[in-house]
Amino acid sequence: MAVALILVLVAVGSVVFHLVSPWWWTPIASNWRYIDDTIIITFWITGAVFVAVILFMAYCVYRFRHQEGRQAHYEPENKRLEWWLTIVTGVGVAAMLTPGLFVWQRFITVPDDATDIEIFGQQWQWSFRLPGPDGQLATTDTRLISPDNPLGLNRDDPKSQDDMVIEGGELHLPVNKPVKALLRSPDVLHDFYVPEFRAKMDLVPGQISYIWFTPTRTGTFEILCAELCGVGHPQMRGKVIVQEESEYQAWLQEQASKSFAHLTPGIRNGTVMPD
Amino acid sequence: MVDVPLGSTGVVAAPDVEDVELYHPHSWVTKYVFSQDAKIIAIQYAFVALSVGLVALVLSWLMRLQLGFPGVFTFIDANAYYQFITMHGMMMVVYVLTALFLGGFGNYLIPLMIGARDMVFPYVNMLSFWIYLLAVLILVASFFAPGGPTGAGWTLYPPQAITSGTPGGQDWGIIMMLVSLMVFIIGFTMGGLNYVVTVLQARARGMTLMRMPLTVWGIFTASFMALLAFPALFVGAVMMLFDRALGTSFFMPAIVEMGQPLDRNGGSPLLFQHLFWFFGHPEVYIVALPAFGIVSDLISTHARRNIFGYRMMVWALLAIGALSFVVWAHHMYVSGMNPYFGFFFATTTLIIAIPTAIKVYNWILTLWRGDIHLTIPMLFALAFIVTFVNGGLTGLFLGNVVVDVPLSDTMFVVAHFHMVMGVAPILVIFGAIYHWYPKVTGRMLNDGLGKLHFWVTFLGAYAIFFPMHYLGLMGIPRRYHDIADMAFVPPSAHTLNAFITIMALIVGAIQLVFVFNLFWSLRHGREAGGNPWRATTLEWQTPETPPPHGNWGRHLPVVYRWAYDYSVPGADQDFIAQNQPWPTRTSGAGHG
Ligand code: HEM
Ligand SMILES: [Cu+2]
Ligand SMILES: [Cu+2]
Repeated sequence: MAVALILVLVAVGSVVFHLVSPWWWTPIASNWRYIDDTIIITFWITGAVFVAVILFMAYCVYRFRHQEGRQAHYEPENKRLEWWLTIVTGVGVAAMLTPGLFVWQRFITVPDDATDIEIFGQQWQWSFRLPGPDGQLATTDTRLISPDNPLGLNRDDPKSQDDMVIEGGELHLPVNKPVKALLRSPDVLHDFYVPEFRAKMDLVPGQISYIWFTPTRTGTFEILCAELCGVGHPQMRGKVIVQEESEYQAWLQEQASKSFAHLTPGIRNGTVMPD
Repeated sequence: MVDVPLGSTGVVAAPDVEDVELYHPHSWVTKYVFSQDAKIIAIQYAFVALSVGLVALVLSWLMRLQLGFPGVFTFIDANAYYQFITMHGMMMVVYVLTALFLGGFGNYLIPLMIGARDMVFPYVNMLSFWIYLLAVLILVASFFAPGGPTGAGWTLYPPQAITSGTPGGQDWGIIMMLVSLMVFIIGFTMGGLNYVVTVLQARARGMTLMRMPLTVWGIFTASFMALLAFPALFVGAVMMLFDRALGTSFFMPAIVEMGQPLDRNGGSPLLFQHLFWFFGHPEVYIVALPAFGIVSDLISTHARRNIFGYRMMVWALLAIGALSFVVWAHHMYVSGMNPYFGFFFATTTLIIAIPTAIKVYNWILTLWRGDIHLTIPMLFALAFIVTFVNGGLTGLFLGNVVVDVPLSDTMFVVAHFHMVMGVAPILVIFGAIYHWYPKVTGRMLNDGLGKLHFWVTFLGAYAIFFPMHYLGLMGIPRRYHDIADMAFVPPSAHTLNAFITIMALIVGAIQLVFVFNLFWSLRHGREAGGNPWRATTLEWQTPETPPPHGNWGRHLPVVYRWAYDYSVPGADQDFIAQNQPWPTRTSGAGHG
């Protein structure tokens, strides 16, 4: 009795917790609402299965508990039932997987009008590079990294002339414009993660990974590192500031003037935040 | 293949085996220390693994204290925190669960359940234990090495694991970890070959594969998988050791370390991740399959009902075992690997859910129309189903590639894998200990203490890990020693963290009751007799309890039926042992 009751309480309690607890995802700020939708579908399907299984178990524990004279039913198998259950499970799984794969297809297909930017993570800070007026990022090489070339830009590449380097952790982005972020690390694995964007992807030394998203509302959001990268891992924070187009342009103008100076060897500025 | 209980099978003469004189140990040392008896080796394995478990538990307390009350315990700085999670994770997964299920339960149960006298290679079996102990000692010694143990996370991802920004990366920590793992794998291989060959070669007459108890099936499949999976970790460890000690570049591209360029070039950090997870994912099932098998037998015995769908259960075990080798990269959806892999690995991962679900259905259908005795092993089995279903279902979130993107590397993952491969298998281990302790010692564990232990452990662990999912959903990353000043985290989340910590302390503390029970009942437990649960499987039919070296005395058992003849209609008892030739029954149609 008590056991059956506690099992029911566990199932019901879990559902109630899910519905009333104040802990839930942050309000979304990117185009990845589809991901949230897929999570919701998954919550419904899995929640129903969880409750059904536990309640069924609780019922069995109550109904078939040992009593004087009870004998269990001898039935080694029941092919029909087993196949039905297998098929129903298969359908449920397909109902979750199919939308998931469609959304994944979108997740990895970058729209043509996305702006390339670079997100550069190193122990333990974030830097960024914007392509400048030519819209293209110059090539880089980890072996070119030096105090006056912190991101290892290839200066022989003409596209490097207008690249804009922002050290120290604040990324500005215009709202409603898709961006393709190229992710690069010179030392160990890191992971670019903005909870409100729902998106995350590792930065892997020796290769360039990418992620794309469209910020859909203005505001300041926290960038976290989500891949263990040594003792400074939890302190590896940054900010994304999503702005209206006009504000963004103003910020860009200001940066452009600083960035010109940045290309003069030996002088290290162009930073938004002092480091 | 399900045997007709009413058989026309005649009684087969039991093979009469002369006692081989050389075989028995003569001194105390060869009997209890350098023993070649699988049962003693099992106890040695279990004792060491449970001791490591207590260390790992204390580490989890320390981590939880830091998370629940940040800044209060100043000795837990970031360095220490990362060392604790790494050692806790690696210990729990490899040195506790793998060792306990395969080395502990495998050694004790395989020979007894299949009607053999011992493992087929007893000497190698003994070596396996001592090598395991050596691996444990190396691992524990790294706490005292210069620089302390490695803090690279239990996944040991390079380059971070071997560079200076990580505790132990440029000291001894990572080297000792890798060496310890290599030693462990060598020891395990000796044991694993034994378990597999014993099951294939040493079964009693009449014990066909499809008459074996699911416990044996689970341990057998898991051992086989481990033999295939551990080599990937082994080569990964060798390569990383070369990278760290000899300056090779298997996993090291051109990188800078704290501003200084390193003389490395061309290696691939992702290669290590593939090797690690080619081992790591099957490892999850290496822990889970023995638990699946054992829990099937616990449910069947204590519900006095045949396991429902035995053949389906066997096929499901094998299907899960095979499929688990083609899902590894679901741990790497956001690792920067080619994103098109996501389609393949999400599909295989969700397919694995189907045989897994079948197992769950068959467990609960075994309860249906059973005669359920709510003994302590049964309670643990029920709690296993709750936590395993919960953790399995959140696995569908993480396996479904795009849903994994926001959740990966958050506390949601920590909650998920603790539920499914931490709490659930440990509940089975507890249930199994309460179940087989009478065979090992001849006495029952105390029931009252067992109930206390059960309820606090089950409800406490659920209260620790269920709410934790929601912290991850909110976006709190895992492996964060400090979540202070995150703008999106409300103060209530800190309260929840404190609550989780208090629950963790309570659940940890109650384990002392269990340890006490283990020792107390050795002397004071109720006498159990040979077959206290009135179970069908062979280990309960030994002539003596605890079984002596050689298990069976002069005559090996002969098997006439499958392991699940409970409540056979017309039989005069509610179970018929596997080695009982004539069903003592009056009437009734057989099942076939
Ligand atoms: C009540 C018992 C336990 C508690 C309170 C506990 C707590 C924790 C905590 C706080 C972490 C670190 C989370 C983070 O910051 O990322 C952790 C990590 C981990 N735990 Fe447990 N744990 C328990 C039992 C287990 C068991 C039984 C297993 C066996 C599978 C296990 C396996 C792991 C693993 C693999 C990690 C990951 C380590 C890493 O991130 O490298 N834990 N645990
Ligand atoms: Cu990082
Ligand atoms: Cu990090």
